[in-house]
Amino acid sequence: MSGEPEVHEEFAARLKAYEGRPAAATGVGRDPVNEPMIRHWCEAMGDTNPAYTGPDAIAPPTMLQAWTMAGLTGRPERTAAYDELLRLLDESGHHAVVATDCEQEYLRPLRPGDQITFDSVIESVSERKTTKLGAGYFVTTRTDVRAGGELAGTHRFRILKYAPARRPRTPERHRPEELRPRPVINRDTAGFWEGVARHELLIQRCAGCGTLRLPWLPGCNSCGCARWDTVAAGGEGTVYSYVVMHHPPFRAFEPPYAVGLIELAEGVRIVSNVVGVPYDKVRIGMPVRLTFRRYDDKLVLPVFRAVTP
Amino acid sequence: MNPGDRLPALEIPVTRTLIVAGAIASRDYQDVHHDPELARQKGSPDIFMNILTTNGLVGRYITDHFGPRAVLRRVAVRLGAPNHPGDTMVLTGTVEEVDGDTVTVRVVGENGIGRHVTGTVTVSVPGGGPV
Repeated sequence: MSGEPEVHEEFAARLKAYEGRPAAATGVGRDPVNEPMIRHWCEAMGDTNPAYTGPDAIAPPTMLQAWTMAGLTGRPERTAAYDELLRLLDESGHHAVVATDCEQEYLRPLRPGDQITFDSVIESVSERKTTKLGAGYFVTTRTDVRAGGELAGTHRFRILKYAPARRPRTPERHRPEELRPRPVINRDTAGFWEGVARHELLIQRCAGCGTLRLPWLPGCNSCGCARWDTVAAGGEGTVYSYVVMHHPPFRAFEPPYAVGLIELAEGVRIVSNVVGVPYDKVRIGMPVRLTFRRYDDKLVLPVFRAVTP
Repeated sequence: MNPGDRLPALEIPVTRTLIVAGAIASRDYQDVHHDPELARQKGSPDIFMNILTTNGLVGRYITDHFGPRAVLRRVAVRLGAPNHPGDTMVLTGTVEEVDGDTVTVRVVGENGIGRHVTGTVTVSVPGGGPV
């Protein structure tokens, strides 16, 4: 799919056309309601309710959908309309599926021996939604489940058909896999990074009014003067504020980690990492001292080490 | 039994076995519920519990509490943070409404990464619920 909104809208309209069309017709349960499947379900769920055993046993009502499942066989009951809708989604890259909602109403208990039949309708197809798993469409179906021809329950089911977001997640999820992002160096900031390379944190000082500023800017916010010189930070500072990053994970960063807004003794503030202290021990007002940390061959950054009193 | 009453919590250890057993018992052979490699290819760090198992556990939580005479009328669940192996889900419930023999309970299942399930269960309890 293209990233252009009009394309999404046109596609969404094609999907919307399937609303109200049948998803499954004259479905037949692969097995009648039976004691072994009930027992396997109860074993898996750890459900010891005596209502589900013995001569008067009923099936756990929450098994409603299980009686309609195709398992590893085909789904002759599925309509061409529903097949088409799923194929459209698959072919547009939304091949992954996850269930998000299930609403069941139970009108009468199911008992061993009940023959199950069912019909299903496509209730709705959502707009394109962005989710943590990836972008996709929610498809809602409603199924009427009958036992011996009599309505026994209804089952509304919502799935998300999505294009999996590319993620670096691996079992070793804390291993950074990429280098840190590079700083943007241009003529307005080059002097700052030249200072960092010499292990100096340079603060700009307005040549007009003497106001200090960080980060670097082409002109003074106080008087508008474009001329400036620099002073090297002494290195003392305190944590003015901070956040702890847990999510989302970025490559080259190992969450959780603390991002601090450091107020330098000179009065200006800088966003940086607080190091030498566990992320959950960083506090506002904590004294810190400037240091320089090398992250790779080409990257040195100013960071702040907690000062133990 | 009054609105606002809380049900005792139920802790469910989310084992790989529970996830697979629940998927098979519900005849759900989607690979993300049993094959870690294919689950990863679909953007998940590991296999995860299927919605039918969550639904079954929510039903069990309610009938465990209200007893074998309780009759489930409606179970509605919405999934959030997935249940991956090694996690623990803690189910809690709060009575929302009592209408004669019929009780509506709001159920929440929290795991280590967030809220796995939020739901509403309506149950009829002939002769009232547990004391």
